Amino acid sequence: MPVAAKKSARRRRVEPELIFGDLWTFDPAPESADPKLQTRYKLFIGGKLVSHKRGRYFESINPATEKPLAEIALASAQDVDAAYAAASAVAPVWANFPGAERGKYLYRLARLLQDRAREFAVAEMLDGGKPIKESRDFDVPMAAAHFFYHAGWADKLAYAFPGATPVPHGVVGQVIPWNFPLLMLAWKLAPALACGNTVVLKPAETTSLTAMKFAESVMEAGLPAGVVNIVTGAGETGAAVVNHPRASKVAFTGSTAVGQHIMRATAGTGKKLTLELGRKAANIVFEDAPLDQAVEGIVNGIFFNQGHVCCAGSRLLVQEGVEEAVLKRLKNRVRMLRVGDPMDKNTDIGAINSKAQLAKITELVQSGVEEGAEVYQPECELPKSGWFFKPTLFSGVEQSHRIAREDVFGPVLSILTFRTVDEAIEKANNTAYGLSAGVWTDKGSRILKMSTALKAGVVWANTYNKFNPASPLGGYKESGFGREGGKQGLGDYVKLT
Amino acid sequence: MTRLSISKTPKCYVGGKFIRSERGRTFAISDADGAFFAHVPQCTRKDVRNAVEVAAKAGAGWAGRFGYNRGQILYRLAEMMEPRAAELEAALLLTPGVSAEEAKAEVVATIDRIVHFAGWTDKYEQLLGSVNPVASPHFNFTVTEPMGVVAPDEAPLLALLLPAITSGNSVIVIVSETAPYAAIALGEMLATSDLPGGVVNLLTGFRKEMVPTLATHAHIRGVTGAVSAADRETLEKGAADSVKRVKVLANDEVPIDWAAGNGPVSSLYAIRDLLEFKTTWHPVGS
Repeated sequence: MPVAAKKSARRRRVEPELIFGDLWTFDPAPESADPKLQTRYKLFIGGKLVSHKRGRYFESINPATEKPLAEIALASAQDVDAAYAAASAVAPVWANFPGAERGKYLYRLARLLQDRAREFAVAEMLDGGKPIKESRDFDVPMAAAHFFYHAGWADKLAYAFPGATPVPHGVVGQVIPWNFPLLMLAWKLAPALACGNTVVLKPAETTSLTAMKFAESVMEAGLPAGVVNIVTGAGETGAAVVNHPRASKVAFTGSTAVGQHIMRATAGTGKKLTLELGRKAANIVFEDAPLDQAVEGIVNGIFFNQGHVCCAGSRLLVQEGVEEAVLKRLKNRVRMLRVGDPMDKNTDIGAINSKAQLAKITELVQSGVEEGAEVYQPECELPKSGWFFKPTLFSGVEQSHRIAREDVFGPVLSILTFRTVDEAIEKANNTAYGLSAGVWTDKGSRILKMSTALKAGVVWANTYNKFNPASPLGGYKESGFGREGGKQGLGDYVKLT
Repeated sequence: MTRLSISKTPKCYVGGKFIRSERGRTFAISDADGAFFAHVPQCTRKDVRNAVEVAAKAGAGWAGRFGYNRGQILYRLAEMMEPRAAELEAALLLTPGVSAEEAKAEVVATIDRIVHFAGWTDKYEQLLGSVNPVASPHFNFTVTEPMGVVAPDEAPLLALLLPAITSGNSVIVIVSETAPYAAIALGEMLATSDLPGGVVNLLTGFRKEMVPTLATHAHIRGVTGAVSAADRETLEKGAADSVKRVKVLANDEVPIDWAAGNGPVSSLYAIRDLLEFKTTWHPVGS
């Protein structure tokens, strides 16, 4: 046989596949630790759990079962006012604490979180729908790490800002999202407290439980009354937190629309503002990339926490030459993801946080189909009750498609292609957002070129969705402003004079 | 018979050129005694948009210069201003109540401030950026980047301008409404300073006509300046449309010490206010 014919015969042979994921079903492996939830949660104001004025409660629902977990107090403007009064009263005292003493309280908080880590992890999983392995291995340890990291800064602030005297803002109003309830609380509280501010914090409406459990830790730590105040509720409560005249600074993480609303509401008030908003991150794979690692990174980038991640790599840009290879590997990998009960230790993708979010994801996925992108969803059975969504891949996506422009905030990946480095940069930056980006290539100089050219606050090269308290995170453009983490994040919690 | 002097037609420095307003409008300014001095361009919203366009074009090139080069160009600006100090002093003396000593002091402070910032261009990164010790096998570092087009507002002009251009931003300035002439003179000095055209664009005219456009223009990524409380609110509200960074001081609330060596407008942290931080992760492996 001539050589050429031999080669083509080899090419025709189907590559053997070795996929274990869908060969057998796993026995259930539920986490059994007690989250120690109460049936009803009050507000945390002035160092005490207090009943609220209006007396209304709302339910926190387990998105995996649609069953209520606990009743949460709905804070009114009056309650928020009481929280600010407590925070203002103690602000000068806390600001004048020796830094080392403030730091010791933060170390205590870190340790208290570690002590009850499993309990917090289970509560977080039940309340938010994320798989237990993520809340256990990522959310809770990372939250503790944020307190531990910032504890050490409290008495070293002068070293972080050479030539300037850092002074706390006073009372900080903070509104956090539902995707990483406890971790976002830690991101916001730890630097604020280390810098000598006092805080009024509002957790997201659907995920208040771990914040209220954290209030227990604040009491256990013996933090001076009023340094941390936690008020629960929905948008109205959030507006009261943001608009309160005693807030010297407002920090918000959430959607761009709400961020813009906050900008308008605080205009002319002199309040300092930091925002971490919407996103549509590009994850860029070049032909020379280590494809197996890249595929792991892509999967981690979009399916981590059901895609409810501020930095989710929701736009995959693949260089044309490897499009087919990447897509094939991706489909195989996605087939192996276990979607289902968040309580199960083997679950990869848990429940969508709320019914509203599930509706939004469903609507956007439908628009992707209608606009002509090719959809792939693995065969997998979703639980009968609860809010779940199959991991979804869209190939053949155009830049004009809604799924390539809008923040889906769910387990949905849009795949686009490019030929040249310049085209990749152009497409990656062709968005109003700029929180994060990923680059996969073996070439060092190209990584540095891309990380210079990409308009994004974080660039992951040959990795994705890595976080650390020492590493600042925050957006360009309409993804907001300010940074969280590292010495850069500290700078947003002090006035520099 | 005494010789009749040649008076200058004031023009705005935009895109490296000297322009009149696109509408051709002007407004008259007086000298300290109230006598007519000159007609100054009354720039329009369209002039602002045109300036944004040239500033955006010039931006990438300026940001791409090495800090060392930007420093040399800023130092060159000081060299261009020093011998023309008398002209700047004369411009400042058009404002009633300004003494000769005060004008001299302001010009000297301005030139010295330029030299100070010329030195920052290749140093601020070492103080504001960082290598971050993350708890995983990754090399993680944070660098700063200019925002792009920034729009300061109000005099003392250079005190606001310098932190912006030091790091590579390009700038559109709405100069003082009541004392615009110093900015006309400054434009002529910028033109001879090796600063690429379009990096600094100076517009004379009225606040109320131009501030709303500055606030809402999506290509402007940041606004800095010292403005009235009302203008601050306009800027901050308008900025929400494109999530623009606003770092303005309300000058009718708190008096600003422009001459202070380490105040809100002259320190390293004034440069920081107009920067983005970018963090890059890479695995450290075999």
